[in-house]
Amino acid sequence: MDSGDGVVHAEITVTVNGAARRLRVDTRVSLLDLLREELGLTGAKKGCDHGQCGACTVLLDGRRANACLALAVAQDGAEVVTVEGLAGGDRLSPLQQAFLDEDAFQCGYCTPGQLCSATGMLDEAARGRPSAVTPPGDGPPELDDAEIRERMSGNLCRCGAYVNIVAAVRAAAGEAAR
Amino acid sequence: MRPFAYERATTAGAARAAHTGDAAYLGGGTNLVDLMRLGVAVPDRLIDVSGLAHDRIERRDDGAIVIGAGVRNSDLAADRTVRAELPVLSQAVLAGASGQIRNQATTGGNLLQRTRCPYFQDVTKPCNKREPGSGCAARDGENHNHAILGHTLTCVATHPSDMAVALTALDASVHLHGRDPLPLAELYRLPHDDASRDTTLAPGDLITAVEVPPPGMPSAYRKVRERASYAFALVSAAVALDVADGAVRGCRIALGGVAHRPWRAYRAERLLTGMPATEESFRRAALAEMENAEPLRDNGYKVPLTANLVCRTLSDLASGEGGRP
Repeated sequence: MDSGDGVVHAEITVTVNGAARRLRVDTRVSLLDLLREELGLTGAKKGCDHGQCGACTVLLDGRRANACLALAVAQDGAEVVTVEGLAGGDRLSPLQQAFLDEDAFQCGYCTPGQLCSATGMLDEAARGRPSAVTPPGDGPPELDDAEIRERMSGNLCRCGAYVNIVAAVRAAAGEAAR
Repeated sequence: MRPFAYERATTAGAARAAHTGDAAYLGGGTNLVDLMRLGVAVPDRLIDVSGLAHDRIERRDDGAIVIGAGVRNSDLAADRTVRAELPVLSQAVLAGASGQIRNQATTGGNLLQRTRCPYFQDVTKPCNKREPGSGCAARDGENHNHAILGHTLTCVATHPSDMAVALTALDASVHLHGRDPLPLAELYRLPHDDASRDTTLAPGDLITAVEVPPPGMPSAYRKVRERASYAFALVSAAVALDVADGAVRGCRIALGGVAHRPWRAYRAERLLTGMPATEESFRRAALAEMENAEPLRDNGYKVPLTANLVCRTLSDLASGEGGRP
């Protein structure tokens, strides 16, 4: 649909945190801007808007992805989970609780992206997905600090809270393994 | 961002037919969307090819491995056959980008990503790749991460893909809709007098798959970068080596971060074949490949770095470290 000024709109349906939404979007709008500006879900953050910082990370069809690099118009039929959808009501996910327990943040701006990224990463590891530091062979990799650091390298923290972020992810990974 | 039309293609034929004028194919979008936001890419129509049925990795009866163009980078790197038989490919993919981006980026899109030369990405600077005839700001600019081989006065950019370097060492080809397959050696090009073209593809050509010949040699990928993860290569090497009775029976070496295309080190390969598989042979071959290097103001370090990297990767493979066939 061309609205006359060259701007093109399209209708899409996306499921966000479990609720189906029918939306009319400018084809240029990113998934990140759709979430923040149209749906009021400001958890996912706009850091660099170039896929370099990971602050916008969400789960897209179950996999972690940078919402700033995804065009909303291309997500018709997709299922999106944002940081607002990680908890079960008032009950935090084990990973969210671990971030609190380990004090895994300073300013908090990167935290929603860290949480969504680590949630997706723990699932990848459980499914036996390798990283650049995984030794050859099958079976789920052991999530030691080197694995966690490598797998979380797409999420920057300007405050430098990495030590506690790694500790929180390690704690959540240990809980998931039990 | 310039307004654009969007359509989702359901067949390769329909995608090809829809590609007219300033259209662009959309895969994972991890590079294209960024370039559109920067004003470097200004398509008037996006044809989304991510829904095409090019999402499988199959072994053909002749042993070749065929990777669909829509296979996500993370799925390619995790594939059991690829990990076991083409370790150089899995390692190269995992050495690139981040977990998020590998989940989004496709095989075809990875091959066609554009250079990360900062002057290409800055529309206020001259760049023959972005705007033919405007000049090259990198040639006398900040060029510590630019080419040392095969560059011209026109362009000193490097190709950014890790995966393409591994596939070049593996003698892979791309399948194109409605055209004969094209070896990667003929897909990529040096800038010559037209830096605007990264590849020999015609407008609208659509990559449907990548074909890797039956694996034969142990192989490994090694990448040097400015931080341990999530950075483009300063230099990288994809190496396959076959040693029998202490001598090199065959080898294939491709280099990343040194040229406008993945650089196949044919000279080193020729020199090594039949020679004793020793560090001395490896070093001599690696240094010979670097004889034609023409470093720029800031990137002379790449010459010894590349030679050392090739030598070390060959030595590791010869001593049994690195991946089996």
